[in-house]
Amino acid sequence: MSVEQRGHIGRRDLILAGGAGLLVLALPSTRALARPSLQEAVNGFTGGTPVQPGKVKLDVPPLVENGNAVGVTVAVESPMTASDHVRRIALFNEKNPQADVAVFSLGPRAARARIATRIRLATSQTLIAVAELSDGSYWSSSANVIVTLAACIEDLS
Amino acid sequence: MSRTLVSAPKTAKAGEIVDIRAMIAHPMETGYRMGPNGQAIPRKIIRHFACDYDGEEVFSAEFHPAMSANPFVAFSTVATKSGMLTFRWTDDDGKIETASAEIAVS
Repeated sequence: MSVEQRGHIGRRDLILAGGAGLLVLALPSTRALARPSLQEAVNGFTGGTPVQPGKVKLDVPPLVENGNAVGVTVAVESPMTASDHVRRIALFNEKNPQADVAVFSLGPRAARARIATRIRLATSQTLIAVAELSDGSYWSSSANVIVTLAACIEDLS
Repeated sequence: MSRTLVSAPKTAKAGEIVDIRAMIAHPMETGYRMGPNGQAIPRKIIRHFACDYDGEEVFSAEFHPAMSANPFVAFSTVATKSGMLTFRWTDDDGKIETASAEIAVS
């Protein structure tokens, strides 16, 4: 019985997948479909170097009313000396039409590995901050945000 | 000319860490929105931001459409000597907006 059911769902899935495929063919310019996953975006930034959790503190409100301007603070534990400093800090999101948010380039002259900015979130999702240190290691921190009013994809009409 | 707003202390002691904030009035049009005529509104964003201290770059940032309108960044630098902090925003068309702030270091 359950096997039969599974078979049935399988066929339906196939038909649905076929339909989706036709849709993809019909709408080649739909950019959201080409969006890389969060993991692919992070890999693109690190060049495949493994990312370790820790050292980074990503501060973002857990619940935001308006996704058009969400305050984000990223702080990294680093002495910020010429030999040991943060080179770059990148922010990525999980569900916006594009995975990248921003990449900040710092250096020993930044004196403190801490940045703040305001970003857009299209829906409730996970954010991840990745820091590249001067020794070539990558550290990250992630946070979940619930968004009640979405940004980016609303219509003006 | 877009309106820019930068905040940096006017005076600082040598070696002191100063906080800098910079903002520019810009819609940061994502390219994902539809206009009233059903046409997509073309993308137009600030792509790059940089801050120079006496001609040497101390901070820069690469922006994507997920940055909010009127993009704002806060960062810090260490006060070395009296001079100019110059801020540079570059948009999709390569148009550059600048702002500056003077810092006196004792």
